[in-house]
Amino acid sequence: MENVSHFLSLITFVPLLGALIILFINRECLETLRWVTLVTMLTDFVLSLFIYFGFDPSVGSMQFVENYPWVKEWGISYKLGVDGISLFLVLLTTFLGPILVLASWKDITARVKEFMICLLFLQVGMIGVFVSLDLFLFYVFWEIMLIPMYLLIGVWGNPARRLYAAIKFVLYTIVGSLLMLVGILVLYFMAGKSTGVYTFDLLKLYDYAVPLQAQFWLFLAFFLAFAIKVPMFPFHTWLPDAHTEAPTVGSVVLAAVLLKMGTYGFIRFAIPLFPNAAIDAVWWVCLLAVIGIIYGAWVAMVQEDVKRLVAFSSVSHLGFVMLGMFALNFQGVQGSIIQMINHGLSTGALFLIVGMVYERRHTRLISEFGGLSKVMPLFAVFFMIFTLSSIGLPGLNGFIGEFLILLGSFKVQALTWYAVFACSGVIFAAVYMLWMFQRVMFGEVTNPKNLNLKDIDAREVAVLVPILIFVVWIGVYPNTFLRPMEPSVKNFIQHVEKKRDAVIALEKTGTQTLPNPERISLVYSVTDSVPRNEN
Amino acid sequence: MIPVPEINLGGVLPALILGVAGLLATLLGLFVRKGAATVGAIIGFTAVLIALAANAPLRFMNTPAFSGMIVLDTFSWFFNLLILLSVGLTILISMKYLTDQGLDLYEYFAILLFSSVGMMFMVSGTHLLMIFVGLETLSIGVYVLTGVLPKSSKASEASLKYLLLGSFSSGLFLYGAALLYGASGSLSLAGLAKYFQSGSINTMGLIGMGLLLVGFSFKVAAVPFHMWTPDVYDGAPSPITGFMSVGVKAAAFAAFLRVFFECFSSVQVTWSHILWILAVLTMILGNLAALVQSNIKRMLAYSSIAHAGYILIGMVAGTAMGAAGILYYLLAYIFTNLGAFAVVTMVGRKGEANISIDDYRGLGKSHPALALAMSIFLFSLAGIPPTAGFIGKFTIFGAAIASGYIWLVIIGVLTSAASVFYYFRVVMKMYMEAPEVEPESLKFSPSMALALTLTVMVVLYIGIFPTTYLNLATESVKSLF
Repeated sequence: MENVSHFLSLITFVPLLGALIILFINRECLETLRWVTLVTMLTDFVLSLFIYFGFDPSVGSMQFVENYPWVKEWGISYKLGVDGISLFLVLLTTFLGPILVLASWKDITARVKEFMICLLFLQVGMIGVFVSLDLFLFYVFWEIMLIPMYLLIGVWGNPARRLYAAIKFVLYTIVGSLLMLVGILVLYFMAGKSTGVYTFDLLKLYDYAVPLQAQFWLFLAFFLAFAIKVPMFPFHTWLPDAHTEAPTVGSVVLAAVLLKMGTYGFIRFAIPLFPNAAIDAVWWVCLLAVIGIIYGAWVAMVQEDVKRLVAFSSVSHLGFVMLGMFALNFQGVQGSIIQMINHGLSTGALFLIVGMVYERRHTRLISEFGGLSKVMPLFAVFFMIFTLSSIGLPGLNGFIGEFLILLGSFKVQALTWYAVFACSGVIFAAVYMLWMFQRVMFGEVTNPKNLNLKDIDAREVAVLVPILIFVVWIGVYPNTFLRPMEPSVKNFIQHVEKKRDAVIALEKTGTQTLPNPERISLVYSVTDSVPRNEN
Repeated sequence: MIPVPEINLGGVLPALILGVAGLLATLLGLFVRKGAATVGAIIGFTAVLIALAANAPLRFMNTPAFSGMIVLDTFSWFFNLLILLSVGLTILISMKYLTDQGLDLYEYFAILLFSSVGMMFMVSGTHLLMIFVGLETLSIGVYVLTGVLPKSSKASEASLKYLLLGSFSSGLFLYGAALLYGASGSLSLAGLAKYFQSGSINTMGLIGMGLLLVGFSFKVAAVPFHMWTPDVYDGAPSPITGFMSVGVKAAAFAAFLRVFFECFSSVQVTWSHILWILAVLTMILGNLAALVQSNIKRMLAYSSIAHAGYILIGMVAGTAMGAAGILYYLLAYIFTNLGAFAVVTMVGRKGEANISIDDYRGLGKSHPALALAMSIFLFSLAGIPPTAGFIGKFTIFGAAIASGYIWLVIIGVLTSAASVFYYFRVVMKMYMEAPEVEPESLKFSPSMALALTLTVMVVLYIGIFPTTYLNLATESVKSLF
């Protein structure tokens, strides 16, 4: 493994290298700028394929681990690694990279240099979040990607309300993440005081049994940061604004990757660190998730703007992801992870499609359209497939995720009714998506402006086809994706259960012998959740 | 025969160098007809470099000098370094400023150097009178520099206001010292420490301590003793505002830390409660007032008040970790804020005509490098990684949490989230809005380019690789605990 052990760093920082090169290119050479970015992103994607092929699917532990001390005195390390949970999120990010550049090719004509730099920086931050195994490092990446996203919305967004949307996005995110920072620090000192080892190393903190009362507050701090990012109802109000005002590429990256950082945060940090609090929170988290599913769907139904409609559908879809995750059983969690990927692909694709229409007509109002399938037949095919994938038609990717999630949540006694209501979300999804599709694509061409629209060109096909391939692939043969994540998901569930029992045991013995349960500390080691460094 | 106290010039070497340079600048300025300011600046900057070189090997000297009036320990060494850095950068920025204003003032640099000498005595003083002399030397210099612009009523007003309020606070400080002397019979920090450890503290002693606290709070601009800050920062020449916000603040915090941790650590419970309240008020008011400013200097003034609040959190924590956090924070803040004021100076142009936030519109397009630098400074002020400002906040918040002040930190992060709004507003103006009329393009001078490059690089470098500097800060506070 020696020779591949720096792959994650490489993948994370190749975009940064590209950004540095771009810094020295004349801002007038638009094509050069675009090509350099595209090549960087492609290189990054190819490099990430090495991770996929080098990944041992039979092992549930962290692989490609890199670990170097960063700020030794504080126990901060530069520690990276992937397991079956983060593997596909990393791949999704690198996979979308070149697509984003291609999609922006004609869309972004002003300040291309700055745009490409932002895009590359964003890529660094996003990959960094998915691969870091140190809370401090994670926080740094988490915040870094805030700035390029702010600029993407604010500089290249819709002139009317971009400033409002940009600052709203930043403020929402930063309030959550700063409170999470407090949580991280509290956890750090709490663990340090009781074990004597001050560290931000996630895998070491996994093994620290946090006292029950503290778990509740810490979970809440992490919950807020991640729930805003997901976004869960009622923290979702920044999302429609950010999506609607952002340029196409911004919306795609926001939907496809940024939102996943929230759900990933739950599965990697909030739940395994504070399992008792998470299990106690199942009822209200799932309640919010189900409200999100139904509310998102209902609000999507009445939208007049296609992009806003897709944005609200995200709220609904991510409700499913949260429901599956908090079912905390094998199918639920697996479905939730695969649904993260699915949502990234299909909603990302839908935003691209809306962007293509917008480029042609400079409007996104449903009422402005009608009968587009006659004028743009090729476009119609793609649009139809992605719509169906978003609805969850069997044979396409969305079905696999939603099915597993519902299966998982039905298996939990307490969640049966939640699952019943969540099912209705699938139906509503069909209603709002198909109704929108019908109004936009079918019927007679009522608006004369739509008569002479050009069908999508080769570049646009090149943008959509790769996504289409994966949409079908996951739908038809999901095992390619489910198999590698199996051991990690099992590991995750095992860890949550063992740690929960350990904490409960600790509290019981603790309350009997010690007057102050806050003071109890004991590190227990679970053989298969201890840091496992392959190299 | 009068006994001659032992004289240890090594202990005051950096101050000595700056002082001599100040005299030299004054003398030479008399003989140079044109370009006197340049001569002053060159002398000043050379002196700073020499002093930096001379300061470097003094770190572990750890010797008291002048009958225990002064000590050169790792703590004062660190602050001497901070002061030298801030003077050096201020000189670089001022050169461009004076050229822009068409002023040929060699006195400017001489006073700046004298003022820094005062700061150095203040940070290394171990006797309340020494600290007071240092405080006054630095203050008088800064009063003059605030009003240095001829024919500017705003500057004169600021200067007078600063003088009046400043003297008032000095008076309070002195009064506090007198009461402490009355209570304990000593003005040396060691003597005071002994008195406060004895356990029999009378009210006079506590009132004296309270008055010192007020005096220091005034200098560091903590709410409710901050009233002078916005007007003075607004009226003073931009480089001097930068200097005040970092140099004066650093020196005041150094003395604040030394006096309170060396003398009053035995009654920490008493004053840490007061500081808790001051910190909360300072953070809330500083950040909220900054939200509504349309003048960038006033905005940075309120932001500097808010930063004093964050630094106070480190004092409330009351541990070596908190103090080390303060030292690192100040280091980060010097580069960040002076960098920001360098940009303010650049954009301000002649007569500081462009100091409204709206004047930053379109800067991202017309001067991408300058806008990028400003953004980095603003991100650092807002505490966004990977900048020095983030590590500063992180260490201070961390220290407070380690001491159990979780609510204080929560208030801190919430106000810091609010601060993001006004820092990002400037970024927004630079990148997302277009100016009504395209302004003339700005000219960089070599000194300004050097200052900006240095500050940007340091802000990023110590933000990404903070280990060395965190250790330096940790070791520097050891002499206090």
